[in-house]
Amino acid sequence: MSSEASMLEKFDEKIRKEIKIEPRDWMPDKYRKTLIRQISQHAHSEIVGMLPEGVWITRAPSMRRKVALLAKVQDEAGHGLYLYSAAETLGTTRGEMIDDLHTGKAKYSSIFNYPAITWADIGAIGWLVDGAAIMNQVMLCRTSYGPYARAMVRICKEESFHQRQGYEIMLTLAKGSEEQKAMAQDALNRWWWPSLMMFGPPDAESKHTAQSMAWKIKRKTNDELRQQFVNATVPQAKLIDLTIPDPDLVWNEERNSYDFGEIDWEEFWNVVKGNGPCNKERLEARQNAAKNGEWVRDAAIAFAEKQSQRKSNKEQVA
Amino acid sequence: MSEKKDWPLWEIFIRSRAGLNHKHVGSLHAADEDMAIENARDVYTRRNEGISIWVVESKHIKASNPEDEDSLFEPADNKIYRHPTFYNLPDEIKHM
Repeated sequence: MSSEASMLEKFDEKIRKEIKIEPRDWMPDKYRKTLIRQISQHAHSEIVGMLPEGVWITRAPSMRRKVALLAKVQDEAGHGLYLYSAAETLGTTRGEMIDDLHTGKAKYSSIFNYPAITWADIGAIGWLVDGAAIMNQVMLCRTSYGPYARAMVRICKEESFHQRQGYEIMLTLAKGSEEQKAMAQDALNRWWWPSLMMFGPPDAESKHTAQSMAWKIKRKTNDELRQQFVNATVPQAKLIDLTIPDPDLVWNEERNSYDFGEIDWEEFWNVVKGNGPCNKERLEARQNAAKNGEWVRDAAIAFAEKQSQRKSNKEQVA
Repeated sequence: MSEKKDWPLWEIFIRSRAGLNHKHVGSLHAADEDMAIENARDVYTRRNEGISIWVVESKHIKASNPEDEDSLFEPADNKIYRHPTFYNLPDEIKHM
């Protein structure tokens, strides 16, 4: 039979020619593992990401805001499901992935370990957190693994409303009373730096970037995406007269980009390691949801089995 | 993880509008076929993506092996006489 070397050659050629890798195609074990790690982490982020916003659904200031937030959180559940399904095509199971989340073995985006303490945070999350996520996801529409790329195309189509609804909230608050404007500025102050951290460690320190770029899982590096986000977001802040909390932020004519200040990576790693303001609360919420819903899942299976038993009994009699 | 089984996996096919084929859009877990349709509605048609849903339990799908790609599909490559452009027509015939 064809040796591993020739399989690898065929795989590399597909990557080179921009031919998508599909579930039943041969792939290096490490490519498979990298994808399972990345896609499941992405799925967990969608699901955990529902938590900070979910608590504001009942407290949204108007019906218009409430239906929008509800739809956004519902989308996030959907996006989590698209991604779990994409990961399952690689041979892992939903149960394994959920277990890894609940035991802390799998990570999710650290941004969701920060609390949403005012209504303006819902604006900042949509504008900045979804804005940063979209930068990453637009790039992933061209990722080399077919099911992941297809899930991303679907997600990107749905996600653009998320950022708009967030920006609209910020715009409305920024144009409002002094207190409302201060609330918007405060939210920007708290969410700006964690949003920049969302793109991950600097390229020089990112242990996965080089291989993921070679396999075309990632198409842009962490630093490239971060710069792209800063360039896109700074003018949006100016337009609504809010100040980015970075004294070193300055336009660099030569680079045709904004220079920005040093990110506090110590804070980033501290939150990744579990010491952020809400790590414990988020994980507990997921663990409890799984535990408290177990009897419902078991009952649904028991019901389905009973129904199918009845159906086959009837067929036998007939 | 629960002692009991995970819900089975279903493949979802959506007809986006009348006149078009059902097309595979992804998969999801559900306890039975009715729940699979309900979940598919929530997961895959939140923005008018469809007017009809098919669900098939994933284990019932038999897929061709990617390694057989050449033996299955290559023979069609060299049968150019299956295409209309293979045949010579006088210039006077514009459409046929």
